[in-house]
Amino acid sequence: MIHVDPLPLLSVQGVTKHYGAHIGCADVSFDLYPGEVMGIVGESGSGKSTLLNCMAGHLPPDAGGVVFDTRADGPRDTVTMSEPERRMLSRTDWAFVHQHARDGLRMGVSAGGNVGERLMAVGARHYGDIRDKATDWLDRVEIDASRVDDRPTTFSGGMKQRLQIARNLVTGPRLVFMDEPTGGLDVSVQARLLDLLRGLVRDMGLSAIIVTHDLAVVRLLADRLMVMKSGRVVESGLTDQVLDDPQHAYSQLLVSSVLQV
Amino acid sequence: MIELNNVAKTFTLHNQGSAVIEVLRGVFLSVAQGECVALTGASGAGKSTLMRMIYGNYLTQGGAIRIGGVDLVQAEPREIIRLRREVLGYVSQFLRVVPRVPTLDVVAEPLRAVGVPPDAALARARSLLQQLNIPERLWTLSPTTFSGGEQQRVNIARGFAHPYPAMLLDEPTASLDAANREVVLALIEEAKAQGTAIIGIFHDEAARARVCDREIDVSGFTPGMAA
Repeated sequence: MIHVDPLPLLSVQGVTKHYGAHIGCADVSFDLYPGEVMGIVGESGSGKSTLLNCMAGHLPPDAGGVVFDTRADGPRDTVTMSEPERRMLSRTDWAFVHQHARDGLRMGVSAGGNVGERLMAVGARHYGDIRDKATDWLDRVEIDASRVDDRPTTFSGGMKQRLQIARNLVTGPRLVFMDEPTGGLDVSVQARLLDLLRGLVRDMGLSAIIVTHDLAVVRLLADRLMVMKSGRVVESGLTDQVLDDPQHAYSQLLVSSVLQV
Repeated sequence: MIELNNVAKTFTLHNQGSAVIEVLRGVFLSVAQGECVALTGASGAGKSTLMRMIYGNYLTQGGAIRIGGVDLVQAEPREIIRLRREVLGYVSQFLRVVPRVPTLDVVAEPLRAVGVPPDAALARARSLLQQLNIPERLWTLSPTTFSGGEQQRVNIARGFAHPYPAMLLDEPTASLDAANREVVLALIEEAKAQGTAIIGIFHDEAARARVCDREIDVSGFTPGMAA
């Protein structure tokens, strides 16, 4: 009845990054399997964003490997692969959702253009098809089709974030990195975004790594959770196990510090 | 189906003087297919703790908890996730959902997660909500604004949507009126007839007497509490 997937989609092996004498993240290892959502929590400066950027190829780690199960050649270490190869991977198989939507969007280009551009980057050329697909994705992230030609500068914060998600997912990636995807949004907009992300993860069979400091967000979105402090992973496990029965002193402090609503 | 072998649990409170609290010791328990076992014992004896250990959201310090070939004490998170999706259901006392999701989708979700097509999953959800007397006009609303009793019935509908081979029930009949209590007991009996192994906490003695085949007094495993 139970069978275990043979290969992880992403295998992080001893990733370490220093900023001078300061530790960014140290010796982080884990495997992520297809369809899994992993949350990374910890206070500011705990190294979670450094780790995310090392995994996504935005920062070169000082040591360690990030092995991704590529469609063409099976598991490859993305740290040692060539820059063009890594860039291709980040267009076809990976997506990166920034905390600030403006970092992940082109603010001078229309909403439809923002989504269409990603399709063109992987080879789409037929204008009608690109526009149809862009409109379809705007609809999936609940942006009205009448806004397709508007620039994101005219969008609200929540709409910008949903547009960023559409731009990222339109090419059908297999792994999504998210850096505080609901940070800075008001609570009702957060709920809508969470609902959207959960549906997309389930329906597209995505794997995702979500960095956040919001424990409620990880409880609803993540299957697994990693707690970081001072650049190191102090605890990891099933999300509800880490939140309901934290083992490490720091995780206990983190969980008990949340205000009850 | 569910097999506990010499299970032990302690809590270490690092931020409260590193107090170590031994909660359970030497738990042996076996539940066969189609059998329902009630956990009993005074408040604080560790009934809910044991239930959470069996579901895997509390870590277990010793022994083995085997369900459908998986030992939860040793299992990797992804094995537990798969077990929970396919084999082990849990009806907790509280409904925890993403705000804004309609009740119908909340109930259908466990079926969607095991790959049941949307139409079939929604049909099953409708039939359960109907059986549990949730008015149809509420189905498209999020259950977060429902009354306590309604939320609990939504939770039960969701818990029984997929026919799990093993289930954990935490006070499934609390805060229900007589008619709905009857519906829930019938759902439990139906699941048993289909071979589901059930462990439950029932403060409702009549309900316990009706659906449970055996009772296990958890205080027998509680250090310092056993007579």
